[in-house]
Amino acid sequence: MDQHLLSIILFTPLAGLLVLVLLPSKSKDLIRIWANLASFAGFLISLPLLSRFQTGASGFQFEEKFDWIPTLGAHYHIGIDGISLLLVMLTTLMGFIATLVSWSGIQDRLKEYYAMFLLLQTGMLGVFLSLDFFLFYIFWELVLVPMYFIIGIWGGPRKLYAAIKFFLYTLAGSVLMLLGILTLYFQHATQFGTYSFEISDLMRTNLPLSMQQLVFWAFFLGFAIKVPMFPFHTWLPDAHVEAPTAGSVILAAVLLKMGTYGFLRFSLPLLPNASADRTIVQILAVLSIIGIIYGALVCLMQQDWKKLVAYSSVSHLGFCTLGIFSLTPNGIAGSVIQQINHGISTGMLFMVIGVIYERRHTRLISEYGGLAHVMPKFAIIFAIAMLSSAGLPLLNGFVGEFTILQGAFEANRAWAAFAVTGVILGAAYLLWLYQRTMLGQVTNGKNLTLHDMSFREVAMFLPLVAWAVWIGVYPKPYFDILQRPVAEIVERVHPGYFNGVLAQMPRPLSPGGAK
Amino acid sequence: MNFSQYYTANDHFTIIPAVMLALFGCAILLFDFWIFPDPRQRKWLLIFVVLAEIFTGVGLYRQQAWLAGQSPSMLQGFGGAVTLDGFSVFFNWIFLVAALIVAVMSYQYLEISNEHHGEYYGLILFAQCGMYFLATGTDLVVLFIGLELMALSFYVMVGFLRADKRSNEAALKYLLLGAFSTGFLAYGFSVLYGLAGSTKLQDIGDAIAARPAWDPVVFLALATTSVGLLFKIAAAPFHMWAPDAYEGAPTPVTAYLSVASKAASFAFLLRLFNGPLQSLSAEWEPILAFIAILTLTIGNLAAINQTNIKRLLAYSSVSHAGYMLLGLVANNAMGTNGILVYLMVYTFMNLGAFAVITAMRRQGIIGDELEDMAGLMHKNPGYAMLMLVFLLSLAGIPPTAGFLGKYYIFLALIQSGHYGLAVVATLYVAVAIYYYFKIVRSMFIREETERAPAASSLGLRLALGVTGLLTLVIGIYPEPFLELAKTSLVR
Repeated sequence: MDQHLLSIILFTPLAGLLVLVLLPSKSKDLIRIWANLASFAGFLISLPLLSRFQTGASGFQFEEKFDWIPTLGAHYHIGIDGISLLLVMLTTLMGFIATLVSWSGIQDRLKEYYAMFLLLQTGMLGVFLSLDFFLFYIFWELVLVPMYFIIGIWGGPRKLYAAIKFFLYTLAGSVLMLLGILTLYFQHATQFGTYSFEISDLMRTNLPLSMQQLVFWAFFLGFAIKVPMFPFHTWLPDAHVEAPTAGSVILAAVLLKMGTYGFLRFSLPLLPNASADRTIVQILAVLSIIGIIYGALVCLMQQDWKKLVAYSSVSHLGFCTLGIFSLTPNGIAGSVIQQINHGISTGMLFMVIGVIYERRHTRLISEYGGLAHVMPKFAIIFAIAMLSSAGLPLLNGFVGEFTILQGAFEANRAWAAFAVTGVILGAAYLLWLYQRTMLGQVTNGKNLTLHDMSFREVAMFLPLVAWAVWIGVYPKPYFDILQRPVAEIVERVHPGYFNGVLAQMPRPLSPGGAK
Repeated sequence: MNFSQYYTANDHFTIIPAVMLALFGCAILLFDFWIFPDPRQRKWLLIFVVLAEIFTGVGLYRQQAWLAGQSPSMLQGFGGAVTLDGFSVFFNWIFLVAALIVAVMSYQYLEISNEHHGEYYGLILFAQCGMYFLATGTDLVVLFIGLELMALSFYVMVGFLRADKRSNEAALKYLLLGAFSTGFLAYGFSVLYGLAGSTKLQDIGDAIAARPAWDPVVFLALATTSVGLLFKIAAAPFHMWAPDAYEGAPTPVTAYLSVASKAASFAFLLRLFNGPLQSLSAEWEPILAFIAILTLTIGNLAAINQTNIKRLLAYSSVSHAGYMLLGLVANNAMGTNGILVYLMVYTFMNLGAFAVITAMRRQGIIGDELEDMAGLMHKNPGYAMLMLVFLLSLAGIPPTAGFLGKYYIFLALIQSGHYGLAVVATLYVAVAIYYYFKIVRSMFIREETERAPAASSLGLRLALGVTGLLTLVIGIYPEPFLELAKTSLVR
C-alpha cells in the first residue's frame, strides 16, 4: 500500500464523487452522510502519511512515477516532501471540516454541491502532490471549475459577479504561467534533446538570467494572483464575501496556499538566479509589505464581518510571501508554518461567521454586539480563533509570524520593521471586531434569542483548536519536518549559504534554523 | 483507344474514398424518389450514409495501412494531381467523423423542422467528396474543383429550411460572399499558373523559389489566394458571412460548416503555405500574424455580447481560426502539428456543442437563444454536463481535449520566438471563458423558462456520447491521438 498511498489519497475524493453521483437526488440525508463519510475517509487515509513520513530524509517520499504522455514528456509523477506533507494534511482536514460545515447551511442542489467539493478536493491535493509540471497545471486548472460553481450557485447576492471574477482573474494568471512553463520546457528540450515536464529534469536546465527573469514574471503572475499579492488581490474580497461558508473556508484555508506553494516548489528551485535577483526580491518584498499593511488598514474600515476576515487574508498572506522572499531558512520555514496557521485560524474565523450567519442572515458588524452573553460557547471559540489569527503567543499564529519576522530581519531590517506594524494592526482590527460583536450589552433585540452552538458546530471547531494549540505550544515537529526541504530550497537559491553566510550571522533562535 | 493509362490502379487507389462518396451520394439522390418515396422510409437514407462512410472508411484504412509500410510514405496519382500521404488521410478521417456525426444528428432536427428531404444526405456526402480533394489535391485545378464542390453543397444546405427567412438570407449571403472570394482565389490561381506554366503545386513552388524576393507578381498571387482562403476559414476581416450563415443554417449544417469546411480549408491552406509558398514565408508571416491577432480580437470581443448561442459559437469559431492561424505563423513542425491536433479536438468539441444546441430544437421552439438554455441542468443534467465539457474544451481548460490544441499552438509560438503573440493569444483564453461561461451560467445557475424537455433521439445521444467521450479521453489520455497527428506531418 505504501507505494500507492499518495494515489489513494489523491483519488479517494474522486471515488466518493462517483458513488455520490449514483445516489438518488431526493434523499438529502443519504447524500449528506455519504459526502461526509467520503471526505472523512479522505482525511483518515492521509493519516498514515504522518507516521510513515521520514523526517529529515532528503528528496521526495512515497514517489510514484509512470509515463503518461510520452509524446509530450509528461509523467504521472507524485511525491511529497515536508512542505507538501503539511499542506496535504491541511487539505484533507479542511476538506472534511468544510463538508461538515455545510450540513445545515446548504439545503438545495445538495448532490451537485458535494460533488463540487469532492472534485475540488482532488484538484487541490493534486496540486500539492504533483512533481511533473504538466500534471501540476492540469490540477491547478481543475480547481477553478468547482470553485466557480460553489460561489456561483450557492453564493450570496452578487455571486455571479464574484464567481466569474474569480475565474477570469486566476485563469488569466495561470495561462500566462503556462507560457512560462512552456518556455522552460522548450529551453530544456533544446539543451537536452528530450521533452520533459519533470521538475527534476527542468531543474537541470541552464537558463541565462534574462530568460529566468522572464519566466519568473510569468510564474509570478500565476502564483501572485492566486495568493493573492497586493495589486492582484481584488478578486479575493468579492469571492470570499459571496461564497457560501464552506467555500470561503476552503478558499482561504487551502486554495490560496496553492500560490505560495507554487513559489516554493517552482519559482525558487527552478529559477534560482532570478529568485535571488536583487531587484526581483526587492519588488516582491515591497509588494508583500504593502499587502500586509494595506490589508490590515482596509480591515479597520470594514463594516462587513466577512469582508474584514477576507482582507485579513491579504495581510496574512503578505507575511507568507515576505517570508518566502526573505530567502532565509527561517523566513521560508516560518512562511510554510504561517500558511498552515492561516488555514487553521482563518478557516475558523470563516466558520464562526458561518455559524452566526445561519442564525441572523446578516454579516454587518453593526447588527451585532454583546453576543458573548447570549452565546458563551460561541464567544470562547471565536476568541480562540481571533487570538490565533492575531498571533497571541502559545497559539499558532505567533510561531509563524515570529519566525517570518526573524527571517525578514536577517534579510533586511527595514522589511521587518514595516512588517511588524502589520502584527500590531492585525491585533487591532481583530480585537476591535471582537469587541464590537461580542462584548458589551446586547444592543439589537434580535440577538437576544439566538441559541448557542450545537454539538456538531462545536465538534467541527475542536480539531482546529487542538491543532492551533499544538503548533503554538510545541512547534518543534513542524520545524523538524520543514528543516530539510527548506534547506534544499535555500541551498539552491543561495549556493553555499550554510557554509559561508551563516558563520557571520547570529545563531537563529528557533529550532528550525540551519544546523 | 486505351484509357487504362489515364486511370491506373494506382490512380484508383488514391481516390477510392472519394469515388465511394460520389457514388453513394448519387445513389441516395436516385433512391430518394425511386425506391423510398414514402417519407417514413427516410431512415433508410440515413443508413445509406452510414454505409457510405463505412466503405469510405475501409478505403481510408487501406490507404493508411499501405502508407505505413512505405518510405517516404506518399503516393501520387494522376501525374501528381492528387497526393496520398499521412496528411491527407488524417484530414479525411476528420471529415468522415464529422459527416457521420452530422448526418446522425440531423435526422430528428429535419423531422421537427418539416424539411426532411433525401437530398440532404446526398449533399453531406458530396461536400465530403469535395473536402477529400481539398486534403488530397496537389494541383490547382483539383483543389479548385474540390473547393467548389464543397462550397456548392454548403450553399444549398445552409438554405435548406426553405420556409425560414433566416435560412434563406443566410444562404444568399454565404453564396454571394462565397462567390466573391472564389473570384479572388481563381484570380490568384491564374497568376500562379502564369508564373509557373503549370498547375502542379510542385512546379509552382519551383517557379516561385526562382523569383526574387518581394516580386510584385508573386506578391499579387499570394495576396489574392490568401484572401480567398481566409474567407473560407472565416478569418477577420473576411469573417462577415460566418455569424449570419451559422445562425440561419440548420444547426447540424452549422456544425458541419464550422468543423469540416474549416478543416478542409485549413488542409488547403497548409498545402499551399507549407508547399509552394514556403519560400515566401518572410513575406506572409507578418501579414498572417496581423490577421491572426485581428481574428482573435474580433472573434473574442464580438462573441461577448451575443445572445444567440449559434452566433456566439460562430464568433468563437472565428477566434479558433485565429489560434490555428497562429500555428501557421509559427511556421515550424510544432505549429503544423498543433494545427492538426487543434483541428482534431475542435472537430469533436464543436460538433458536440452544436449537438447539444440541436437537441434544444423542439416542436415549436427554435432553441438557439441563450434563454432557451436556462435551467438545462434541472431538465436534462446529462446534456448540461456534456455542454459544460464541450465549452471548457472550447476554452482550452484542462483536462479536456481543447487544452492540447492550445498547448501546441502556444509551444510553437514560443519555439519560434513569438512571445508577444503568445501572450496576446493566451490572454484571449480568459476572454473566451467569459462568454462561454455565459452559457454555463444560463444552464446551471438560472431557473428554467419553459419545461419542455430537450429532444433526444438515438442519433443525438450517439453523437453526444461519442463527441463527449472523445473530448474527455483525448484530454486525459491523448497519447495515441497525438501520435497519429505527429505521423501525419509532411513537410
